[in-house]
Amino acid sequence: MTTVHERVDTFHDNDQKPVGYGRMLRKEDPRFLRGRGRYVDDVQLPGMLHLAILRSPVAHARIVSIDTSAAEASPGVKAVVTGAMLAQQNLAWMPTLSNDVQAVLATDKVRFQGQEVAFVVAEDRYAARDALELIDVEYDVLDPVIDARRALESDAPLIRDDLDGKTNNHCFDWETGDEAATEAVFARADVVVSQDLVYPRVHPAPMETCGAVADYDAVDGKLRLWSTTQAPHAHRTLYAIVAGLPEHKIQVISPDIGGGFGNKVPIYPGYVCAIVASIVTGKPVKWMEDRSENLISTGFARDYIMRGEIAATRDGRILGIRTNVLADHGAFNGTAAPVKYPAGFFGVFTGSYDIEAAYCKMTAVYTNKAPGGVAYACSFRITEAVYLVERIVDCLADELGMDPAELRLKNFIQPEQFPYTTKTGWVYDSGNYEPTMRLAMEMAGYDELRREQAEKRARGELMGIGIAFFTEAVGAGPRKDMDILGLGMADGCELRVHPTGKAVVRLSVQSQGQGHETTFAQIVAEEIGIPPADIEVLHGDTDNTPFGLGTYGSRSTPVSGAAAALVARKVRDKARIIASGMLEVSVADLEWEKGAFHVAGDPGRSVTIQDIALRAHGAGDLPEGIEGGLEAQICYNPSNLTYPHGAYICVVDIDPGTAQVTVRRFIAVDDCGTRINPMIIEGQVHGGLTDGVGMALMEMIAFDEDGNCLGASLMDYLIPTSLEVPDWETGFTVTPSPHHPIGAKGVGESATVGSPPAIVNAVVDALKPFGVRHADMPLTPSRVWDAMRGQARPPI
Amino acid sequence: MQVTMTVNDVEVTREIEARLLLVHFLRDVLGLTGTHWGCDTSNCGTCVVWLDGEPVKSCTVLAAMAGGHQVRTVEGLAKGAELDPIQQGFMQCHGLQCGFCTPGMMMTARALLDRNPDPSETEIREAISGQICRCTGYATIVRSVRWAAVAEAQAAAQVTETTESSEAGEIDNAGQPAEAVA
Repeated sequence: MTTVHERVDTFHDNDQKPVGYGRMLRKEDPRFLRGRGRYVDDVQLPGMLHLAILRSPVAHARIVSIDTSAAEASPGVKAVVTGAMLAQQNLAWMPTLSNDVQAVLATDKVRFQGQEVAFVVAEDRYAARDALELIDVEYDVLDPVIDARRALESDAPLIRDDLDGKTNNHCFDWETGDEAATEAVFARADVVVSQDLVYPRVHPAPMETCGAVADYDAVDGKLRLWSTTQAPHAHRTLYAIVAGLPEHKIQVISPDIGGGFGNKVPIYPGYVCAIVASIVTGKPVKWMEDRSENLISTGFARDYIMRGEIAATRDGRILGIRTNVLADHGAFNGTAAPVKYPAGFFGVFTGSYDIEAAYCKMTAVYTNKAPGGVAYACSFRITEAVYLVERIVDCLADELGMDPAELRLKNFIQPEQFPYTTKTGWVYDSGNYEPTMRLAMEMAGYDELRREQAEKRARGELMGIGIAFFTEAVGAGPRKDMDILGLGMADGCELRVHPTGKAVVRLSVQSQGQGHETTFAQIVAEEIGIPPADIEVLHGDTDNTPFGLGTYGSRSTPVSGAAAALVARKVRDKARIIASGMLEVSVADLEWEKGAFHVAGDPGRSVTIQDIALRAHGAGDLPEGIEGGLEAQICYNPSNLTYPHGAYICVVDIDPGTAQVTVRRFIAVDDCGTRINPMIIEGQVHGGLTDGVGMALMEMIAFDEDGNCLGASLMDYLIPTSLEVPDWETGFTVTPSPHHPIGAKGVGESATVGSPPAIVNAVVDALKPFGVRHADMPLTPSRVWDAMRGQARPPI
Repeated sequence: MQVTMTVNDVEVTREIEARLLLVHFLRDVLGLTGTHWGCDTSNCGTCVVWLDGEPVKSCTVLAAMAGGHQVRTVEGLAKGAELDPIQQGFMQCHGLQCGFCTPGMMMTARALLDRNPDPSETEIREAISGQICRCTGYATIVRSVRWAAVAEAQAAAQVTETTESSEAGEIDNAGQPAEAVA
């Protein structure tokens, strides 16, 4: 049963404009239900050719020679292209989103298993794949660096010899907080707990793999590119920079996207290959990777080796948190994060607690593994940060003999402390943590669960209760601080009201299933009084939408949602002036209610927004200085991030005979501020919780010592099915963001961030009778079995 | 080689390569792109269609093997303008997000209801366990299938008892059968 709790007392004007918000069925559903979704692989163009990529079978090798002659002679083949050929056009390398470079096709060396080496263009998919088999590449195999801990050893093989002057595998160093102040609180603390933690490499694995259709028209010089991208505008600009094509001649179309989760933020070599292939052949060219290619070569996530330390008083007052991180970035630094934040937003590792000092030191290294680093709904590394803090808080509770809920409640930032500046410099906008925590405990029946656990323990049964409380930082970002390769992280929005009072709103962000066509129609409806059904939402086409940075890091509602609300207010302001002319009263004498202006004190004298729209486009007079039409455009630059929070409680049972973990219950109470469509929010939370079960119990991209990827198919990389997850129990509180125009905060990644520590905490709690204080993810039966025997090992 | 099969009640004959997979035949040859392709290993189930009324993973069936048989895809689920109750259920209960797994999920769910009109939550979870959804966390898919089961039971009851509508299975104002909310 679902319990809900809503605090509306701090949101003053919600009830003044109740038009758009609330549970509403999705406007986009009918086409998906009829099999009429429009995904990239559904694009069929006349004369279209198919591209397939030859990938490296080894993790580290020098390319001695490539013979493409047999492939070129294969039936149906139109072109075979190697890195050497791209190099002649200066296209063999491209910039990554982190100011590194990445090979489009390898020229000198291959640096991870699955790296792109050559491509074939042929008349159909099968012919292209056949020809790949005929390309003969001679490799001089080199020792790989697979274990990040070995990357900086003096005798480690050098991976990035393409970079001038590079003599080791160091990628970057980063630190935040105050080292000396943290040292001081640790020195005077009664209790210090330290724990090594690994957040293993995982993969977003959206059901639709990555792909593109490139169609270059040599006559008008226009490139149309359908691609699986969460950020079509940013991609267009980067293609202009990489390929030297004029930006106005590039149209990036991101049609329906079959799930993204961060996997579809980067520009992959395959997209560039498709563009090159279309230019070379003069035909449209489609590239769709297969599942193995997706898992071995595209944006992975996590891969952090962390040491967490926490200092506290004996009575449970947390004083400081310190961490040291070794970050594995793979062969190229393909992290998609704001430029000034090489570790993403990991700096929020102080969590939801009011502490005196904090410090983080991070070293990132190159290894012979696939590039990437920020993906899988991680909110720019907040997943890792929340896992760290929520795990070590549990370790502290264990050390102190305190209940983990009580320890958290004792240390929360208090409501009157907001806006709260953390010891690492983040300004949390709003929060009221205790009611959220109390609601989760009430829904779970926390005290009763503890009693049940005690009884079961006495009988030798293994039951665990795990808590996680998170605060996220989402909605990047203020453009003065946050940019991707120089592009400020703001988003545009355009609203046009047609003469009959219907409207079209154009977004810079791109849905991958989040339901933007519904949520954004509701946001605009709430502001302007046009029913959501009468508002068309357009996105995913750079020729037809305003510029903006796209959908990732839970930023659509915090940034683009704000833009949509504000552009609607701008239109409403103009409508007010036109209404004043129609009603022959001053603007100040008008009141707005549910889509109409009426004369103050005389509700009978009113004009609807539809009346106004017709007048705006009509032949009659408009007030002095007012142009015809009813439309506006803005670019929204957020003044701060938004900080949603949540309390999660997980109940697990472990079979003592097989060490199989079953998630029996999961209670998730989320606070994402103002709730636009509760149905969609719940869906976002459910999906993230399932990700959490996957990461905590099943998923890991592992490698053998030669760098062979051991998670290269869905037979090896295990994703939760309907049988591994419980029926989710969700609740909510509402603490609006004070700076967001409608008080909303992002929610798309909250559950992915918050659920893994709750599950791991529950498993460790269940294993307490065995003296276990920590066990790393993924908590597969064999790894839990080892932990039960005192042999818990890190997964890497 | 030439292959002839019946797809969504229409007989089609095409010249194909012997190795062509059914999923590619449906998508690339017939243009029925509602059936998706998501893995190489029969794990994901985005390609599920019916072969003679039974759900199969069309990435693991050669088009030639479907010769002489009846194939039904998501495009053949609705009856004209009227959505199948399964399709309505997915909409009412938010059983889809990105929509990529949805056609396969619905084909499996429809087949389940055809042989078991009143499945339990466990039976629904078992039925769809060969398919992966990365977005929904499955709970809303389970609710969607239950919604359809209740709606169909209600419709059947209305046909047999034309006098008065049964209270069981009443649709509440949130658009969900009362049972699915509890």
